[in-house]
Amino acid sequence: MKTTIITACFGLFIGFACVEGQAKELTVDEIVRKANHMALYQGADGKGKVTMVIKDKQGRIRKREFNMLRKNDDNKDRDQKYYAFFQAPADVRKMVFMVHKHGALEKDDDRWLYMPSLDMVKRIAAGDKRTSFVGSDFLYEDISGRSPAEDKHELIKTTDRYYVLKNIPRKPDNVEFEYYLAHIDKKTFLPMKMEFFKKDDRLYRVIESIKVEEIQAEENGKKVAYPTVTVSLAKDMDNGSSTEMTFSNARYNIGLSSKIFTERYLRRPPRKAMR
Amino acid sequence: MRKTTNTYELLVLILFLVLMFLKPHVHAAEGNENFFPDQFAPVEIHGFLEMRAGCRTQKDSNERGRSVMEGRLQAEFFTYTDWAEFKYKGDVWGDGVTERGEYDTREAWVFSRPTESLDIKVGRQVLTWGTGDLVFLNDMFPKDWQSYFIGRDKEYLKAPSDAAKISFFTKPANIDVVYTPKFDPDRYITGEYISYWNGTQKSIAGQDKRVHSKKPDSWFQDDEVAMRVYRNINNYELALYGYRGFWKRPGGQTPSGIAIFPGLNVYGASARGQVGPGIGNIELAYYQSADDESGSDPLINNSEMRYLAGYTQDLAKDFNVSLQYYVEQLLDYSDYKASLTGGPARDRGRHVITLQLTKLLMNQNLELSLSSYYSPSDRDAYLRPNIRYKYNDKIVLEGGANIFLGEESHTFFGQFENNTNIYAAVRYSF
Repeated sequence: MKTTIITACFGLFIGFACVEGQAKELTVDEIVRKANHMALYQGADGKGKVTMVIKDKQGRIRKREFNMLRKNDDNKDRDQKYYAFFQAPADVRKMVFMVHKHGALEKDDDRWLYMPSLDMVKRIAAGDKRTSFVGSDFLYEDISGRSPAEDKHELIKTTDRYYVLKNIPRKPDNVEFEYYLAHIDKKTFLPMKMEFFKKDDRLYRVIESIKVEEIQAEENGKKVAYPTVTVSLAKDMDNGSSTEMTFSNARYNIGLSSKIFTERYLRRPPRKAMR
Repeated sequence: MRKTTNTYELLVLILFLVLMFLKPHVHAAEGNENFFPDQFAPVEIHGFLEMRAGCRTQKDSNERGRSVMEGRLQAEFFTYTDWAEFKYKGDVWGDGVTERGEYDTREAWVFSRPTESLDIKVGRQVLTWGTGDLVFLNDMFPKDWQSYFIGRDKEYLKAPSDAAKISFFTKPANIDVVYTPKFDPDRYITGEYISYWNGTQKSIAGQDKRVHSKKPDSWFQDDEVAMRVYRNINNYELALYGYRGFWKRPGGQTPSGIAIFPGLNVYGASARGQVGPGIGNIELAYYQSADDESGSDPLINNSEMRYLAGYTQDLAKDFNVSLQYYVEQLLDYSDYKASLTGGPARDRGRHVITLQLTKLLMNQNLELSLSSYYSPSDRDAYLRPNIRYKYNDKIVLEGGANIFLGEESHTFFGQFENNTNIYAAVRYSF
C-alpha cells in the first residue's frame, strides 16, 4: 500500500516535472530565432562604442575604435542598417563604413566606405562575408550576423545553463568551417560561446562572451533592460591571434532616423556617431 | 613659403568670427552666462610626420634624378559646437625637388546643418563626386596629378577647392551646389616635377621650359559652379551633373604660346549599383568647349564626349579587382584636323582600360596594389604598383613605383616615360 502511494506520489511528481519541462521545451527553430534576435536585433535601434584589441602570435597589439549606430528596418529580425564611424587607428580615422544588411539570402548587403581625405564615397562589393573585419579576428559575419537560414541547426545537448546547438552550413563551399557549436544561454538566449570546427572535428576558432550587462532602456514608454554582451573574445587557433572586443556606452531605442544611413551622413557624420 | 592663401584665409576667419559673435547671444538670451567654455568641444589634434624619397630609374635630361624628396608634417584641428563644425588641416614640407620650404592648407572650413534638409560647408575643402575609380568625368574639382605621378600618398591626388558647398535634401532628389568664387585649376604638369610634351616646342620639356599660363583669377567673375542632383532607387545611385567654368588644365593657348584656360561647360550623368556579385558603374559627360563650340579655333580644345563603364568585384578573400573602360571622344574632328597647324594629331577617340588590383595579407596589415592604365589607341600605359605595411598602429612603411610606357612622346602617358620612378616612405601618425 505504502509503496503504491509512494509510487503514485513519485509518478505525480515526475508528471508535474514533465509538464513543467514541456512548457519550457522549445523547438530548435525557436531557440535559434530567439538567439538571433538577442544577438543582433534588440530594441528598434542602438548605438555604442566598439574597441577592439588585436593581439597577434608575437604578442604585438593593434587597436581599432569606432562608434556604431544600428537600426532595424522591420520587426522581423531581417533587414538592418549599420553605420560605423572610425576613430582609431590613425590611417582610418574619420572613415565611415555603412551597411544596408538584407536578411534575404539571395540579396547581397549594400556597403559603402567614405574616405574623408579624398571626400570619396566608395561602393564596396559585398564580397566574402567570412573575411576579417578591420584586420581583427572577428569576421564581417560575426559583426552583422550570420543569417540562421544559412545553416541547419541541431540541438545536441541541454545543460543547466546552455542549449548547445550544432550548426551545419547549407552551402559548405561558401565557408571555411565544417560546422560550429553555439552555446545559447537558457535565460537570456545570448550566444555565450561559438566554437568553429574544421574537418575531423578540429577546433580552430572560438568566440566567447566574457561579460554581459543589463542595459536600461525605454520601450513604448516602459522601462526595460536589454542583456548585452559588452566584452567578447575571438580566438583564431590557426594563426595564434586573438581579439578582445569591448562594447561601451551602449544605448537602445534612441530614435535614430533612417536618414542617417544615407550618403548625406556618410559625408558628414551625425553628432550621435561622433560623440 | 608659397601658395599664399591670404584672401581666402581672411574670409574664413571673418566668417568664423561672425558666427562666434552671432551665436553667444542666443545662449546669453537663454540665461547661460558661462557659454564660452562649454560651447566648443575639446579640439582634436591629429596628423602625421612623413619622410618620402624617390628617384627616376633612367636619365631625364630635363629633370633632376630625384623625383620626390620630402619631409612633411600634416596637422589637423577639429572642433564643434551645437551648431557648427570647424576643421583646419595643413601641410608643411621641405621639398628636395623645388629646394624650398612649402606650405599648403588642405582644409579650412566651417560646416553647419541648419535645418533638416540643408547642409552648408564653406571654406577650403576637398571635394569629390562621380563613380570612376581614379578616373574623373563629372568631378570637375581640382586634381593634383603631379603629386600622384611622383608617388605621394593617394590623398594628394585631390587638390582642395576654395568653395561653398550647399546641399539640399528633398524627397524626390538631393541637390549639391558648389560655388567656387575664383577658378581653382588642377595642379597640372608644368615641368617643375615632371617633364612633359611641349606642343609649341614639339619636344619634351622640363624644369627649363615650364608651362607659362594665364589663369582666370578675378574673384566672383572667373568663378565656377558645379551641381549634382542625385537619388538612390533601391540602392542604385543615379546622378545628373552640371558644371560651368573652365578647362581645369590648359585647354588652349594664345598665339604667342601662353597656356590658357578657356571656358568649359560640362553636362553628365552616372549610375552605380550592385550588378551580379559586384558593383557596376556607368558615367558619361559632354564637355562643351564654351570658347570654341564649333571646333574651328585651332588654339582651343574642341568639345568632347567622355564615357566610362566599370565593374568591381572581390575575386577571392581580401582580393579586389576593378576594371574600367574609359573613352574620350573628340567632337568636330574634321574641323580639328583641318585647322591643325603642325605636330602630331590626336586620335578622334582616346581609349583607356584601367585595372586595379588590391590584395590584403598578414591580417590586412600588408597591402599589395596595382593601379594600371592602358590606352590601346595611344599605345601607352601607366602602372602604379604599391606595397604598404602597417608596422603598427602609428607607423606605415610604403614603397612603390610610377611606370610610364609609350611608343610616342606626345601621347598622354607616353610623354612621361622619362619620369618613371620608384619611391619609399615612412609615416608616423599621431
